[in-house]
Amino acid sequence: MHRLVARPEFGALLAAVAVFLFFALTADSFLRLSSLGTVLYAASTLGIMAVPVSLLMIGGEFDLSAGVLVTTAALTSSMVSYQLTAVTWVGAAVSLAVVLAVGGFNGWMLGRTRLPSFIITLGTFLMLTGANLGVTKLVSGTVSTMPIGDMEGFASCHWLFASEFTVGGLTVRATVWWWLGLVAAGSWVLLRTRFGNWVFAVGGDAAAARAVGVPVARTRTCLYLGVGFCAWVLGQHLLFSFDTVQSGEGVGNELIYIVAAVIGGCLITGGYGSVAGSALGALIFGMVSKGIVYAQWDPDWFRFFLGGMLLLAALLNSWVKHRAELGRA
Amino acid sequence: MLLLLVVLLLTAGCSSTGGRRAEQARERAATAGGAVDTPRWKVAMVTHAGAGDSFWDTVRKGAEQAAAKDNITFLYSNDAQTQNQVQLVQAAIDQRVDGLLVSLAKGDAMADVLAKAEAAGIPVISINSGQEFSARFGALTHIGQDESTAGEAAGRALARRSRTGVLCVIHEQGNVGQEQRCTGARSAFGGGFQTLYVDGVNLPDARAAIAAKLQADPSLDTVLTLSAPLAATGLQAVQDARRPVELDTFDLGTQVVTGLQAGTVGFAVDQQPYLQGYEGVDLLWLHRYNLDALGGGGPVLTGPQVLTKDDAAALARYVARGTR
Repeated sequence: MHRLVARPEFGALLAAVAVFLFFALTADSFLRLSSLGTVLYAASTLGIMAVPVSLLMIGGEFDLSAGVLVTTAALTSSMVSYQLTAVTWVGAAVSLAVVLAVGGFNGWMLGRTRLPSFIITLGTFLMLTGANLGVTKLVSGTVSTMPIGDMEGFASCHWLFASEFTVGGLTVRATVWWWLGLVAAGSWVLLRTRFGNWVFAVGGDAAAARAVGVPVARTRTCLYLGVGFCAWVLGQHLLFSFDTVQSGEGVGNELIYIVAAVIGGCLITGGYGSVAGSALGALIFGMVSKGIVYAQWDPDWFRFFLGGMLLLAALLNSWVKHRAELGRA
Repeated sequence: MLLLLVVLLLTAGCSSTGGRRAEQARERAATAGGAVDTPRWKVAMVTHAGAGDSFWDTVRKGAEQAAAKDNITFLYSNDAQTQNQVQLVQAAIDQRVDGLLVSLAKGDAMADVLAKAEAAGIPVISINSGQEFSARFGALTHIGQDESTAGEAAGRALARRSRTGVLCVIHEQGNVGQEQRCTGARSAFGGGFQTLYVDGVNLPDARAAIAAKLQADPSLDTVLTLSAPLAATGLQAVQDARRPVELDTFDLGTQVVTGLQAGTVGFAVDQQPYLQGYEGVDLLWLHRYNLDALGGGGPVLTGPQVLTKDDAAALARYVARGTR
């Protein structure tokens, strides 16, 4: 029991159960299987990105470009496929290369300069926002991409990134599997590999980590590459489920990924947190954001409730952590 | 003693006209009585509005008042991002609503989820944007304004007012509807016409951009904005430019009506957002009650209505209460 309480995601688990019970009692359509499918979908699209963002936060860094990077991934894939009349897999592959390059750029800049990641990724964020609009307009002539639904490879890409199946009324989308898979992979890397130890060490005290031989810069670059990969997965989902992409999308989502990581128990100063916690954070966010709709509350207050939830979850986390430390001492 | 004084002051200090109380009375008058005896149906409206958009607030008001009259439970949700709007439509379907109103600004992305609404037997009406998608996605009808037609109406009004150099201000780069408005105005106007892109979510920046353009190009004598908030910003920019420039706009707002009355705004092309919400709910009710389809299911146009100084005085009170 004590070991469970001491885990970073314990507070988030309590909060998730509380939020679930709350909406189960107040919103009559919340418990329907179709509603739960919608909540899971909302949580998964957020949770996919919360995995690398939480790893990055444990490593002590931020990525403000994560939100628009998803849009970049979708736009690149769509435009490459359409303009070259290539099989959509080609577009997806080029897109992966592009977003990994952006992630690599963030990591490389961080290693080469002494600038904080907040500033570096803020710069990347602005550049990507502009490039998303500018390049799309330059290539397509409008701000959204051309439909690629009739192109070769679309069906198989759609199956991999955007398919869904229904079990007894519960519709599960492909993003849910991706999400669970990424959470499992992220947790395994963080808790069971040497690289995971490096992440904790770099986030806890980079100078000390360097002194004991941890490759600090390389670890961080890998974390940014992880953000790029997950942005690619989510971007492909957006593209292959909606067929076209609007170039102005994604702005502001980076903060929501950070919110999910923080609700899930990641410390904003680094060195502490978990991937499973980020999944709980995404789940809480999904339940709150759709629960407010099912409860038929005034959506004008949506962000107010969300902010309140964030503060409560963060307080609960710090309280649980404090208790756990007292118990250990 | 002091308490008594406070109470006395408060009672004496109440305004017998205007204020919140008058507003509440009007709302009661608009919603009380006259309700139909059909069962309590449930209608959801899901829009692509950003948070705190005054235009969409008027749409919502129209829908709410029609819902009150039609004995309908009205659910509203909005999100400017495509994937979130799709999820909200899905959430409405999950709630088994009896009718769905949806704006189709991101048309293609809504195809799948609207097919699900159709499969669930939920009648859909598209409002405001997406006329070209409406019938294809199986919507009963579309209620809104054709943007090209609205642009042409503005162009003709500009020609009537013998303007010579028009600056059309697009505040969301890449918004198809806004491009259509400017293109329509340009083709119907025929005179000197330029387009300026500004950042609609950074109004100080937009103001500076418009003013700089006016200062730089003396051939411009008219600014055409595409929304009420930008009209207010445009007016500030005209002042900054210190030149006699006329401002014309799409959509209404308090500042636009005051401007019309004062003569600083030439005309406003209105698409009547209140009607879009009101008619949306009402037509869903009519469909469910009587299987009616207005105009045989073709698009129902709520605009363009070109409003000038002559209309301003009569409009002011409706704009103030947020229904025009």
